[in-house]
This record gives sequence, C-alpha cells and structure tokens, in this order.
Amino acid sequence: MRESAERYRSGVMPYAQMGYWDSDYEPKDTDVIAVFRITPQEGVDPVEAAAAVAGESSTATWTVVWTDRLTACERYRAKAYRVDAVPGSAGQYFAYIAYELDLFEEGSIANLTASIIGNVFGFKPLKALRLEDMRIPVAYLKTFQGPPTGIVVERERLDKFGRPLLGATTKPKLGLSGKNYGRVVYEALKGGLDFVKDDENINSQPFMHWRDRFLYCMEAVNKASAATGEVKGHYLNVTAATMEDMYERADFAKELGSCIVMIDLVIGYTAIQSMAKWARRNDMILHLHRAGHSTYTRQKTHGVSFRVIAKWMRMAGVDHLHAGTIVGKLEGDPNVIQGIYSVCRDAVTAKNLQQGLFFDQDWAGLRKLMPVASGGIHAGQMHQLIGYLGEDVVLQFGGGTIGHPMGIQAGATANRVALEAMILARNEGRDLWAEGPQILADAAKWCAPLDAALKTWKDVSFDYASTDTADFVPTATTA
Amino acid sequence: MRITQGTFSFLPDLTDAQILAQLRYALAQGWAISIETTDDPHPRNCYWDMWGNPLFDLRDAAGVMQEVNACRRAHPNGYVRVNAFDSTRGFETTRLSFIVSRPSDEPGFALTRTEDAGRRIRYTIASYAAGAPEGRRYRSRDGDVG
Repeated sequence: MRESAERYRSGVMPYAQMGYWDSDYEPKDTDVIAVFRITPQEGVDPVEAAAAVAGESSTATWTVVWTDRLTACERYRAKAYRVDAVPGSAGQYFAYIAYELDLFEEGSIANLTASIIGNVFGFKPLKALRLEDMRIPVAYLKTFQGPPTGIVVERERLDKFGRPLLGATTKPKLGLSGKNYGRVVYEALKGGLDFVKDDENINSQPFMHWRDRFLYCMEAVNKASAATGEVKGHYLNVTAATMEDMYERADFAKELGSCIVMIDLVIGYTAIQSMAKWARRNDMILHLHRAGHSTYTRQKTHGVSFRVIAKWMRMAGVDHLHAGTIVGKLEGDPNVIQGIYSVCRDAVTAKNLQQGLFFDQDWAGLRKLMPVASGGIHAGQMHQLIGYLGEDVVLQFGGGTIGHPMGIQAGATANRVALEAMILARNEGRDLWAEGPQILADAAKWCAPLDAALKTWKDVSFDYASTDTADFVPTATTA
Repeated sequence: MRITQGTFSFLPDLTDAQILAQLRYALAQGWAISIETTDDPHPRNCYWDMWGNPLFDLRDAAGVMQEVNACRRAHPNGYVRVNAFDSTRGFETTRLSFIVSRPSDEPGFALTRTEDAGRRIRYTIASYAAGAPEGRRYRSRDGDVG
C-alpha cells in the first residue's frame, strides 16, 4: 500500500520508474511489438528514453496522474523490455517495446498508428526516432481484411503465370489530352505489356478530366486485348479530394469494365482501408502508389521504415505496392529491399536482421500482395531484376518502354522478349548473374526492338550509396 | 495475329528440347503437370479441355513429353498448353503455363463496340474462329480440320 502511495504521489517521475521499463518482461504471443531506433539527447539514459517512448505511445503523460488507479493500468502500459546499441552507430539504440492487444481497435490502421507513431516522434528528450519494424500478433492480423485480391487470385484472373508481370507508367505524366494519353496505353499494351499505369499525380486536371481519361484508356485496354488475345489492364488512378469523389471514380472504372483501380498513399490509412473494402466488394485489383513515403522512410535515424509501411499496407489491404527496384533510379539497398519483398509475399516471414527484419511474422493467411518495381529500369537489367526480385513482381518500365527509339510498341516488345527469354533460361538452369547479358544478346539477334533497347540504354545505371541500409552484417565464422 | 497467352509466347515456338527442359524444371519444383487443349482461345476462357487428369504421379519428363505429343497428335490444329500446378500453402495455383502448339493460321478476335449513354462503350471480344462449331474452328493451311 505504501508502495502504491509512493508511486502515485503527484509530481514528475522517470518513465522507467512509472512502469514503462521492465527488462524481465517476456512478450506475450498476443502483444504487438515495435522496435524503434532511438537517438537520445546528450546525457539522456537510453533506457529512460526507451521507457519514455513506451509511455508516450501508450498510456502515459509527463506527470503522475491518480486516475491511473481507476484502470488495470499495469496491463495497459507499454513495456520497453530491451535496449541494444546499434552496431556501428554511436549514440543510437534499438528499443524493443511490447503493447497489450487491448490497446488497439480491431481492423484499424488509423488506431494502431495513432498510438505507435502518434505523439512520440516530436518528443524533446530524443534527437531522433525511427520505427524500424513491428511484430503484429496473429490475433490482431485476423481482424484485418488484407489484400482484396492477392497475388494468387490476381494471376488467375489475368491468366498470367510463371513470370513477372510487365507494366509502364504513361509519360509525360502530366499534360497529355485524354485521346493522346490513351494512345500511349494502347501502344504499350499491344506491344506486350500486361498493364499500363496512371502516375501518382494524374487525377483530374485542366488538360484531362478523369472521365475522359477513363473512357480513352478502356478503349485502349479492350483494343489491345482483342489484338493479342490476352487480358490487359490499366491502373485508373481514382485518387481525389474526398471519399465521395473517389467512390464515384472507382464506380465509373468498374462500370467501364476495368479490372484494376489505383490510389495514392497520400490519401491516408483510413481512405486506403475504405478503398480496400470497396475493391473486395467489387472484384477489383487495388494498386497503391507510395506517393510521399520518402519524406519519412528514407533517412535512417528518423521516421518510419518502409518495411513497416509495407506491413501496414498488407493489413490495410492493397494488392500492389511499390517496393523498390534495387537497380533503378530510386533509393534501394539490396538487403533492405529484399526484406520488404518478403513482407509483401511470404506466408511466414522469418527474422533476418541483415534484411532489417527483426521478428518472425506469421501472416495468418492474409493474402500476399504483389510488389511493384518501378523507376529507372530497362530491359538490359532483366537478369538482375529477376535475380534480385524473383517472379511475383510487376516490373514497370516507363521511360524504358515509351522512350524506345523505334516506338512504344517496340519498347514493350523488347521488355517482354527480354523477360520471357530470361525466365526460359533461368528455368533451364542457367546462371542469370553470369550469363544474363549473353542471354539478352542472343535474344536481340532475332528481336530488333530488344537489340535497339540494349544499345540505347547499355550504359545507364544508378550507382549511388543508399541511405536506408541494413545495420547488421554477417560475421565470418569458422567452419 | 499470334495469340500471346502463356509464359513464352513472345519467343519463337519452343523446340521439343526446350519444352523438355521446362518440364524438368517444373517437376524438380515438385509441381504437377497438366495438359490442356482448346479451339476457343478467348482471353477469358479459363477452362480449356483437360487432356486427362493432371499427371500428379508422373515424375519423369520424358513420360510427360509423350503425353504432350499424344495431345498434339490428337489436336493438330488446336491450341495445346502445358500447366504446372503447385499445391503448397500460399500458392495452390498454377505456377507456369505455356503454349506448346497452336494452329498454323490464327485469325484472332473481333472487337465489337456498342455505344451507350454518356460516351460509354460496351466492348465484346469474339474469336473469329469460334463462330464455327467446336472441332471445325481451325484449319491447317492444307485444309485439314483439327
């Protein structure tokens, strides 16, 4: 009793002493676990900093409040239970924090994130804070719908198996009229792509209103389908100012027979979940463009890692997620990107520190989502793309299709031939890393568009150091 | 035109040696091979006719190839494709599907447009060949029906 009186005496007390640090705590199977990278201010004890993050992301405020005693407060307090120095980065620590399941509303990314990243990122005792990874318990996952379609059903609907899907984003991304825009879509689909895509910022502007775009794009999709005998699609971007607008656009896309619609990450988690439910109800594939993510995912010391965003998006329920190319123009360390691909595609993701995966994650039957590799990739990198990314991925060659010297159809054909030749060779047991360029060169002998593509882009690569890299490197062990 | 369904339709028609290599790959993954044929290759026709049940217990590529050839002989002017099915959790679906023979003449598809209100258009894709009854849809260049 005296102990309790002490604990709840009015005033300020270190978070660690308030019950937000427990080094003996064993996380329960039903706990949500988060690992943060914390960079405390000079002189701030890392354990106290970790306890502060646990406190501010669960029940605490800056001072003691007696009203805690009206609740089962010890259960509701998040518990920091482990703090490790980050290898090779002085002043940074990984803090592991466990959260009781009852802290979260079922099926709500908004509620989950309002706690986990709600208040703590501006907290003064920390110089910087980054959410590195989360373990979502099966009990919580089962309250989420997940991807409306998923990789397996998407492939069955499209009748496309055994190879990555091929896409391209219409360029220029802004300025084309509806009729000219549809021309690009038709040429690319007829030439061999499976999908063409609206870019993130094409919504309904003075040069092209959305209905015009949708009508011309569906003419292009159907015409290309008849010309090839294949199922084709165009991601119609339904991103708009309000949910009412988005539903109106999505309903129109459905009415026109589109198999897929698209949204941007900037619409927010709740809007994404609403569209996921709409997509499940209407048999639509839902493509998500991760517009805006680099503002908080790219820097290693502060923000939210993209692998966490990928987990949230699999729970929220999207079918396609841009997840990095490794070889293209946008940020992408090979280990980190492969970890993100695992989050999208595994039935059970195994802990892999080198890839930034801090936990085993059982996905509890949640459908798998198709990662999308887009941004500065071309046919000459096909062996690397398949080697790094595997076959359940959409490879999007925008400039690499539309910028082809012989035209858009030729650009699409070059990519499709390069892809099929590489998959054929891989299945025959050939070593793509060693023989990839030769496999492409052999196919280029009978495919003039591929030959031209290889010549045009042969020297293009984007070799810059990544900012978001893995902290753990394998240590050599004696055999 | 050339129908480009399947994993390898943008490549020149696969030789028997190339088909065998793909069969070996699929069998090595533990997948079951099935053979299907059709004379109605509409992009939404997902149920081609099965050439018997999937060959769950036939693990020998040469043996599978004999079945492929038997199907091709029986349907010299139809489409024949090879599928590989993966029964492991999280997949339970086709993992590879490629055309191994096709009619010598592929007339392709008509696109019919029906105009509707508000500039909407209803699209229908119909195979030119499928206008004839089953079994009489494709002819080889020398006039045989397949």
